Amino acid sequence: MEFLRENVLQKQMQKVSLENRSFTIIQDKYGRDIAGACFILQHGGSVKFRDREWIRSDEYRRFSAEVLKFQAVPVEAIDASGCAINYHGLDNLLPLKKLQCLSLQRCPHVDDWCLSRLYLLADSLQELSLAGCPQISERGLACLHHLSNLRRLDISDLPGVEYPGLTQILVEEMLPNCEVVGTDWTQEGPEEQPQDPASPIHAKPAARDLGDPCGVS
Amino acid sequence: MVLLDWDGKVSEFKKKIQSIMPGEPSNLMCDTKHLPPEHSDVVIVGGGVVGLSVAFWLKKLEKRQGAIRVLVVERDHTYSKASTGLSVGGIRQQFSLPQNVQLSLFSVDFLRNINEYLAVVDGPPLDLQFNPLGYLLLASEKGAAVLETNVKMQRQEGAKISLMSPEQLQKKFPWINTEGVALASYGLENEGWFDPWSLLQGLRRKVQSMGVLFCEGEVTRFITSSNSMRNSDGEEVNLKRIHEVHVKMDNSLEYQPVECAIVVNAAGAWSGQLAELAGIGKGPPGTLEGTKLPVEPRKRFVYLWHCPQGPGLETPLVTDTSGVYFRREGLSNNYVGGRSPTEEEEPDPADLEVDHDFFQNKVWPHLAQRVPAFEALKVHSAWAGYYDYNTFDQNGVVGPHPLVVNMYFASGFSGHGLQHAPGVGRAVAEVLLGGCFQTIDMTPFLFSRFYLEEKVLEQNII
Repeated sequence: MEFLRENVLQKQMQKVSLENRSFTIIQDKYGRDIAGACFILQHGGSVKFRDREWIRSDEYRRFSAEVLKFQAVPVEAIDASGCAINYHGLDNLLPLKKLQCLSLQRCPHVDDWCLSRLYLLADSLQELSLAGCPQISERGLACLHHLSNLRRLDISDLPGVEYPGLTQILVEEMLPNCEVVGTDWTQEGPEEQPQDPASPIHAKPAARDLGDPCGVS
Repeated sequence: MVLLDWDGKVSEFKKKIQSIMPGEPSNLMCDTKHLPPEHSDVVIVGGGVVGLSVAFWLKKLEKRQGAIRVLVVERDHTYSKASTGLSVGGIRQQFSLPQNVQLSLFSVDFLRNINEYLAVVDGPPLDLQFNPLGYLLLASEKGAAVLETNVKMQRQEGAKISLMSPEQLQKKFPWINTEGVALASYGLENEGWFDPWSLLQGLRRKVQSMGVLFCEGEVTRFITSSNSMRNSDGEEVNLKRIHEVHVKMDNSLEYQPVECAIVVNAAGAWSGQLAELAGIGKGPPGTLEGTKLPVEPRKRFVYLWHCPQGPGLETPLVTDTSGVYFRREGLSNNYVGGRSPTEEEEPDPADLEVDHDFFQNKVWPHLAQRVPAFEALKVHSAWAGYYDYNTFDQNGVVGPHPLVVNMYFASGFSGHGLQHAPGVGRAVAEVLLGGCFQTIDMTPFLFSRFYLEEKVLEQNII
């Protein structure tokens, strides 16, 4: 029974992996921007090339082949809300050197490791939304300091961030030229703040009992 | 609801009654649940992150499920002195040796995919609390050329390290005083710090599910046998094999002999002592038999302080030209850091007491010099931990001993054991199971270099 469950788990992980492979063939033939666009469209997201309208795929993830005609046109904005993009899938987006707006709202696999790669978009990225991403914590948000051109950042509804109010303040200090949108933290009670800094917070890391040492099973 | 194992209890009771009958050997006291097994293929001495990593990779790489019986012997299940839990938790690729860079790159990949490697059915996913903020190494005029050469090599190996001039450094991190800094190297990705306890717990849970046995006890003796052979020069060489490991149980005089085929020395700061127990180093000085394992415990202090105006959220783990290092801890402007002492300043490793004067005199002045905001700080707590310090060349010892042919080493990492544990575990499993290193060539890290006096120096020790 355990074997079956492990199998199912592995199949799920393999599916996500497969969906996040690199579109190198398209990249070689049509260039990075089109490869990136195809990748996003296949995931159900939308793409905006410079001076063009938004393109999205239909409910069967099919999209028009006219995308392949935009060879010299850079991708300016991507809406990948809810897409199953992961750390490896980002390989298809990071080469987009003119990308200005990126929405990764509610992406289930976007985690702190993914955020640590976004520095590669620092030259162009101006707007970023991470709202609702379940796996992001304040540790990943700290990596965004590389994005010196960022003007708008949405970090609302992040369940992985323990102290949203304090985190937002720290992020605002970190990115002084950026408008940071978070959940309305003025409604947080005092009990939600971390311990008073004047009191000892961490003693020496307590030796922890890792349970029954004699697992002679 | 308690399930009554009635039949089992009755037969146990019968056995007890029988044993107290006159003439029967008494086994009333023989509750053997806590004793290790009588036989194990591999006995790993040391249940810290390195020992557990070796156990994991042995079970992962075994040719057939259940082929290898592995026993981990750890004398302190609270891990109160083990280096793993007391570590600052950093991981970097900024080393001067290619193998160390490769080990770190593999480790970071392992950590990123931790929930695939260490998945256990019904177990919650692990959260290593990884902070991907990188290391920032500052170099003076004297060290700039070496730093640049190292970064070039690190990049060739695939690490994402950038070089910064003092001007660029000042712009990026305005809270630094760049006086005396000629060059800086900064890890853009795959560097940072994480929670070592989560890794330890995750490994422990996983290897238990893979069938690895644990025993809380101390190795007090090895039973060995010798074999004389002649080498190609016609000289007589004494080869030894360990046949039994005697494990003494805690708080008792009992010991259990465990028959084994291979012993892995992952005893960290105490691996030197363990090697001596196997007779390593007991011979005329200058001979291979007389070459000791040059690993000894070195005490290092870590201090936790609060600084309300200190560097912000983006702060990497900074290593100064003076050797002082620090990083943030949490959201409330707390920091941890310390400094490696010079040889003359080396504290007595007999206990883990903290020297607070060391912070006042040797750490704080340099901190304040580099980060002026640190002039106003308040230390909240401090602790000490051991480096398993390789006095020969500050690098790990991995692989078999040339004479005690079935003792394999995995220690001596001198402060970078935690971050290299996944890669080292795999290397030891490869050489133990297959006879040679496969993924990363750890041949320069073999024991024989101590006799041949071939130093494999790691320059970037923090």
